[in-house]
Amino acid sequence: MERRVKFYHPRIIRATHWLNAVLLLGMIASGLQIFHAYPAFAERGGTFCCYPFAGSRFPEAVRLGGWLAGGLRWHFFLMWFFIVNGLVYGGYQLASGEWRRRWFRLRDVKGAWHMHLYYLRLRADKPPYEMYNGLQKLSYSGTMTLGALAVFTGFAIWKPVSLPFLADIIGGYAWARFWHFLIVWAFVAFLAVHLFMTLIVDRESTRSMIVGAYREKPDGE
Amino acid sequence: MESKRRESDRRQFLKLAGASALGLWTAGCGWRGGPFEDVLQWWWNPNEVLQKALTTPRRSAKLYPPGSETATFPTYYISDSVPMTDTAAWRLDIGGMVGRPLSLSLDDLLKMPMTTTRVRHYCIEGWTGVAEWSGVQLSHLAELVNIDPAVKYVDFRSFDDGYWSSWDRETALHPQTLIAVGMNGALLGPGHGAPARLYSSLKYGYKSVKYLTEINFLSHRTGGYWEDRGYDWYAGL
Repeated sequence: MERRVKFYHPRIIRATHWLNAVLLLGMIASGLQIFHAYPAFAERGGTFCCYPFAGSRFPEAVRLGGWLAGGLRWHFFLMWFFIVNGLVYGGYQLASGEWRRRWFRLRDVKGAWHMHLYYLRLRADKPPYEMYNGLQKLSYSGTMTLGALAVFTGFAIWKPVSLPFLADIIGGYAWARFWHFLIVWAFVAFLAVHLFMTLIVDRESTRSMIVGAYREKPDGE
Repeated sequence: MESKRRESDRRQFLKLAGASALGLWTAGCGWRGGPFEDVLQWWWNPNEVLQKALTTPRRSAKLYPPGSETATFPTYYISDSVPMTDTAAWRLDIGGMVGRPLSLSLDDLLKMPMTTTRVRHYCIEGWTGVAEWSGVQLSHLAELVNIDPAVKYVDFRSFDDGYWSSWDRETALHPQTLIAVGMNGALLGPGHGAPARLYSSLKYGYKSVKYLTEINFLSHRTGGYWEDRGYDWYAGL
C-alpha cells in the first residue's frame, strides 16, 4: 500500500541540514582544541565563580587541529561556511514562510505541554499536529537560537577591543568565553536527543531528511 | 520483493556510511588538516579582510583605573632561560625605509615623552591580565626617524632566540602602541622583555615582541616566529 506523504523536505533544507551537521561538529572539535590551550575562565591571578573543572582538558579524540594554531585555523575556516550556511537556511525559512511550521510560538505552548505528557505516558494518545509538534518546534527553534548565540559570543571573543559592546552586554570577556563554551554543551544535549528521536524513535524522519518525503505510518498515525 | 531488496541495500549503505564516518573520526583525531593544511593557512587572508573590516575605524583599548592590575602576569620568552643582556651596552636600532636611522640606548628612551596605559592583555591561549605599561609611542619614534610614506609594515626583532614579528603600519602607529620600558610602576622586569618591548593591547600578546633589538619600517610584509608556524599574522583584537 502506498503511504501518504505527510510533508516534504525541500532540497535546500536537506543540503543545509547535512552541511550544518558536518560544520557544527568541526566547529565544536576545533573549539575544544582552542580551549585546550587555557582550559579555564579566570583572568590571570583571579578566580571564576562558575566553572569547577578549571584545568581539565578534553581527550584528543574530540579535538580537531592537533595544536592551538591548528585548531584556530580550522575554527576560522569553518566559521565562514557555518555562518553562510546558517544564513541560507534561515533566509530560505523566512522567504518561503516555512518558518511558520517550525518556529515555536506562544500558541505552541499547549501542544508542547501535551506532547510532553504523552512522552511521560501521562496521556494515552498523541496530540494532533501538522508537521512538527510543539516539543519539536521548541527544540528546533532552540537550536537555531543557539547557532545565532554561538556566532554572537564568538565575535565577542574574537574582537574584544574593537567590538567591546558585544562582550560587555554578556558580562565581559571571560563570560563571553564561558557562554560560548556552554553553548557547546547545549548543542551536545540537543544532538543527543535529536539522534535518539531520529535514529531510534522515528526513523522515517531520518529517511525524509535524506530523500525528502516523509511518509505517514501505514496505520495512519 | 524489489522494494525489500532496495530496503536492504539502503540499510547496507547506511551501515557502510556509519562505519566510514566512525573510521574518519578516529583517523581525524588531532588532525591538523593534512593536504588541506595549505588551504587552512591561506585562509588567514580572507580572515584578515574580515578582521580589518571589523577593527576599522580603529578603536582604542579600554583604559582601566589604577589598582585594577591583576595579581599575576605571566612572563614570556622562547629561550630556555630568561633572556638577559648588558643593559648599558644594549641598543635599539630603528631603520628600514627611514630618513634618519637611530640607535637608541635605554637612557635615550627614558628621556623621551612617556605614555602610560593600563589595559587588558589578551593572550591567544584565552587568558587575560591587566597591567600598566609605560613607554614611548611607536608613532613618536616613527616621526623622529622620518619614515617614508611608502612604509606599510613594521618588523620587530629581539635577542630572545630569534623571536620576531611584524605588524601592519596602521596598528603600529596607533597611539596605544608603545615601546614599553616600564610595567606596573617599575622598570620592565627581565621576564617581561627588559630592557624594552613592544606593547599594545590591540593585538594578541604573541605579536608584542619582547627583548627588542631592532625595529625596521618596510614596504613589504615579513612574517614572525609564531606566524610562520601557523598563527594568524594580523591577529587584531
